[in-house]
Amino acid sequence: MQLAVLGGFVLAAFAPLLHRWFGERAGLVMALLPASLSLWLFFQLPAVTAGEVLVFEYPWVPGLDISLTFLLDGLSLLFALMISVIGVFVLIYTRGYLKGHPDLARFHVVLVAFMMSMLGLVLADNVVTLFVFWELTSITSYLLIGFNHTDPEARKSALQSLLITAGGGLSLLAGLIMMALIGDSWSLQGLTSQGDVIREHGFYLPILLCVLGGAFTKSAQFPFHFWLPNAMAAPTPVSAYLHSATMVKAGIYLLARLQPGLGGTEAWMTLLSLFGAVTMVTGAFLALRHTSIKSLLAYSTVMALGTLTMLLGIGTKEAMVAFATFLLAHSLYKGALFLVAGILDHETGTKDIAAMGGLRRAMPVTATCAGIAALSLGGVIPLFGFIGKESMLEAVLHAERFSPFLSALSLSAAIMTLAAAAIVALRPFFGTRRETPRAPHEGPPEMLVGPILLAGLSLLLGVAPELASGLIAAAASSVNGEPLHASLSLWHGINPALMLSLVSLVLGLLIFRYWGHWRAWLRPLEPLFARGPEAGYFKFMDLIVTVSIWQTRMLQNGYIRNYLVMTLLVLVGLTGYTLLARQGLTFDFALDVHIHEVLVVGLMVSGAITACIMRLRLAAVAAVGTMGFCIALIFVTFSAPDLGITQLLVETLTVILLVLVLFRLPRFASLSTSLERVRDLVVAGSTGLLVTLLILTVLDGRLFPSISDYMIANSQPEGHGHNIVNVILVDIRALDTLGEVFVLALAAIGVYAMLRFHSSEHDDRHPPSRKESRNG
Amino acid sequence: MVRSGTLILSVAARLLMPLQLLFSVFLLLRGHDEPGGGFIAGLVASGGFALYLFAYGIRATRTMLRVAPQDLIGMGLFLSVVSALPALWHGQPFLTAQWWTIPVLGFKFSTPLLFDIGVYLIVLGSVLTAVVALMEGDHDDD
Repeated sequence: MQLAVLGGFVLAAFAPLLHRWFGERAGLVMALLPASLSLWLFFQLPAVTAGEVLVFEYPWVPGLDISLTFLLDGLSLLFALMISVIGVFVLIYTRGYLKGHPDLARFHVVLVAFMMSMLGLVLADNVVTLFVFWELTSITSYLLIGFNHTDPEARKSALQSLLITAGGGLSLLAGLIMMALIGDSWSLQGLTSQGDVIREHGFYLPILLCVLGGAFTKSAQFPFHFWLPNAMAAPTPVSAYLHSATMVKAGIYLLARLQPGLGGTEAWMTLLSLFGAVTMVTGAFLALRHTSIKSLLAYSTVMALGTLTMLLGIGTKEAMVAFATFLLAHSLYKGALFLVAGILDHETGTKDIAAMGGLRRAMPVTATCAGIAALSLGGVIPLFGFIGKESMLEAVLHAERFSPFLSALSLSAAIMTLAAAAIVALRPFFGTRRETPRAPHEGPPEMLVGPILLAGLSLLLGVAPELASGLIAAAASSVNGEPLHASLSLWHGINPALMLSLVSLVLGLLIFRYWGHWRAWLRPLEPLFARGPEAGYFKFMDLIVTVSIWQTRMLQNGYIRNYLVMTLLVLVGLTGYTLLARQGLTFDFALDVHIHEVLVVGLMVSGAITACIMRLRLAAVAAVGTMGFCIALIFVTFSAPDLGITQLLVETLTVILLVLVLFRLPRFASLSTSLERVRDLVVAGSTGLLVTLLILTVLDGRLFPSISDYMIANSQPEGHGHNIVNVILVDIRALDTLGEVFVLALAAIGVYAMLRFHSSEHDDRHPPSRKESRNG
Repeated sequence: MVRSGTLILSVAARLLMPLQLLFSVFLLLRGHDEPGGGFIAGLVASGGFALYLFAYGIRATRTMLRVAPQDLIGMGLFLSVVSALPALWHGQPFLTAQWWTIPVLGFKFSTPLLFDIGVYLIVLGSVLTAVVALMEGDHDDD
């Protein structure tokens, strides 16, 4: 299992190579991976529906309790199946939609990486692993949304989605860590099995708020819903994938996964059901404002996400079953509808529904798929969406709290969704034929296979819901925490939920009939929409920019003297305070120095003073060099030859570098006033004093046992080396060294870039290209 | 400005540089048991190249180096990271040292040595990158 997901990332990396080998068919070749995964997942169905939880152990960082263990229970299986099945269709579909696009290889890299991140997310059992995959989906979806990177709108939307979801990710990280510390387990299974401990802990509310912060931003709940419709700037297959089964459902998945651990409390039920209900109505309402087919579908996705959150908030067994049913139904019809929207866009050249009409003759298959999927969206019998909507309405009617309120909101959302469904299914295909930018004709087979199969599944599961009962029951059981029974059926008899469905059908069709009037009627409200939460987002971004500019001017104005003063003052302030508060100034020491030590130290001090008062740069450099050589001498007298050699060499090279730099500097000038010099003297003096005090304190009392004994004892037997310094550098503390050499390399590249770009600004003889520098 | 080509410097550089490089390799290889190691050896080697650079200028030094100094950094990083991987093969934590004795020579090859060679190259590459970039800015390349 781990192999499949991690192998998928490798496959993503090789996508450009596959493009070279297979050309246009590379997408189909890559679709083999999710296809085989779907098959494998499909064969796990019997075991999982029987209530088994398949665990795939794999240690990753055992020392930190981080594992790559994957878990396959009902909920994971439902999600994983949706991700891989729809993934197959999206990959096939892309071949038609982005035919001949120059960046198709790049698209495949990111799409497959995204698919694997999503799979990892729904399968991960470890909190940290879950978070890693969570962030990977944020980053890869950023790249997918901004795929048309030359379009400023796409870049803006991509950045918006990244900032919102990654910001939420930070909040989630805090929540997950708190939860793991309280539950004393980094495994999701371990955490959800001890929900009472977490729920009764004093930190329960902060944890809940942090987790919701992550889940609500990812799943576009009100007031963060605005990023999702904006993300429609992505190519349509991406929208189909991100907004039907994957990205935006990640937050929902997380909430469902944590329901046994965090759910069931007053706060959970109130927050989730209210936010969910508000999101649901907002999405359904805003959908009808738009004539672009993609925006309309995006807002209806917001509606669905709100519904799912609300169902989790209600928390009854009925609601869990409704949750799983609605989730599956939504993925099927929304995937199909987005793919249809892509066909319409691709074949007619417009996304505006109002500009289409009478296309059913030109595109009969597309029209049929759109019709079936839209009927499922509207919740019309006998489609799977109907079962989803019925069970949702039942759960709302039987909710333990806010039932009347939630029912009213659900009904109005259902009415508006039905209207939206009718718009999508009927407007483009029926009525009078309108001229479109491109002469419409049926989409190519690779674009039709996805919608046909997804719409077909909606119909099949609607007519024979018992096929899905097992999976739905297993998924609902994992959300519930204990096994529960679910039997889906199309006909529940005449009951209140059916009545509500009928009401929504009639009223929804009415809205559809008068859709034009409806939009005209809403037009005066435009200024209100402009002041929605998105305006708050832009205000916030402006604020960040303003603060950044201000603090850059204050702290990072480019003068190294200011940086030094700031850094040293902070150091003296914080360390000095800690030293005085924690330790106090108690030390007694016996003066035991030799004459040669005094001589060396005296030389150093005079070197330092000379460097300060010299008015010639070269002389100052020489004086500082003297200090360096004296330090080397001290190292040698205290038998640390390695340090001594290093110091000597560093000093030599420093002098070489400084001499080179000195030629580039402007003439020596005194820029500081005498007041500033006094300030500098105070800063430098207090830093020196602090370091002296620190050393005296450390020498006086051993605060902790020295680690050098361990190093000395283990250097030869474990590290096979007599030179302890070197063994520490390359073996015992090799990870530190690795980090340091990376810093060194970065610093060198920084110097290189700075000098190259600087000189190329002034002199065209030295362009900053590598090729040039190699030959030159 | 840095003038290249004075006779004493040129002769000295030509004689000293091979010695310095040899010495740096010596320091590198013996570093595990005696004073030395990748960092020090890298500094010695960059000192040698810097001397050559001052004596013969950038073009001659580049020709002798054959690779761009920045590429040395890349190679060094690559070697250090690669040296961390064999441990994973044995299921040990990242960077655990592995030792192999080469039978005939009795020479002990190890991942710490590989790592140290990486450090050597990075130090050499970093210093040379900075020095070369600074010298090139001086407009008297040859």
